[in-house]
Amino acid sequence: MAHYAEGEMLKTLTKPPITKTQLVMYSGASGDFNPIHTVEEFAVKAGLGGVIAHGMLTMAFVGQMLTDIVGENGTLVDFGVRFKGMVRPGDIITCGGQVTKVQDEPGGQRVFASVFAQTDKGDRVVTGDAEFTTYAI
Amino acid sequence: MTVEEFTAFVDKPSKPVKHEVEKGAIRKFAQAIGDQNPLYMSEELAKKSRYGGIIAPPTFARTFDYGVIEGLWFETEGLIHGDERFHYYRPIKAGDVLHCSRRLVDVFERSGSLGKMTFLVYEQTAADEAGNPVVKTKSTIIYRGA
Repeated sequence: MAHYAEGEMLKTLTKPPITKTQLVMYSGASGDFNPIHTVEEFAVKAGLGGVIAHGMLTMAFVGQMLTDIVGENGTLVDFGVRFKGMVRPGDIITCGGQVTKVQDEPGGQRVFASVFAQTDKGDRVVTGDAEFTTYAI
Repeated sequence: MTVEEFTAFVDKPSKPVKHEVEKGAIRKFAQAIGDQNPLYMSEELAKKSRYGGIIAPPTFARTFDYGVIEGLWFETEGLIHGDERFHYYRPIKAGDVLHCSRRLVDVFERSGSLGKMTFLVYEQTAADEAGNPVVKTKSTIIYRGA
């Protein structure tokens, strides 16, 4: 069973570059058809300089980083993020985090961590926190 | 809409919307986010897991329709998604029948570099047929309209 210590960095996840096709796929899969994510002319007119990714897509990447480290033996309990910047097609997102607190419990550990997502240009586009256990609940 | 007008809707629940969670919808969502986790796609492997079947990725709950709060309508163009939080009681599974509803839990105003902004905090609940919550979501939406 995984064992965590306060201050420990979580294993990062780097995703392939975001594509416009992926934004269309995410719109369809999520039901969020806001044209700022898919229609170039609309996004330009809205003053965004082009289409931007759904904040929830970046959050989904952070979710994947968490489920990858929590694994099948653990349980993700809670996870929240704040959206801080725009993500565009071509951006390469890396997600990571750091353990802020650990509680020993009968079945294993309850772990509290800070989480983030950043672009390859170094912009922290998402910051947040998560709580998970190393055992099944 | 003004803060006072929004505040009148605080705690008024939407009419719940019933969702049947389909494995195909989960697979399409996992493909869109590029997550190859077999628990989302492979019935064979998922069956052998402790979940006993296909589950959904953690942010999938945001794809549900949580219903309309009667009388609350405003222009949604230009809204900014401020933050989002999920609290899990158990994973969402393919085949789940979930009743999804939401309510506005807080409204407040702040002045920032973009001028006056109204913060709308919603809580969304997906509950099973017995009424037990499966996932609760809290979202802050920033409204800059008049």
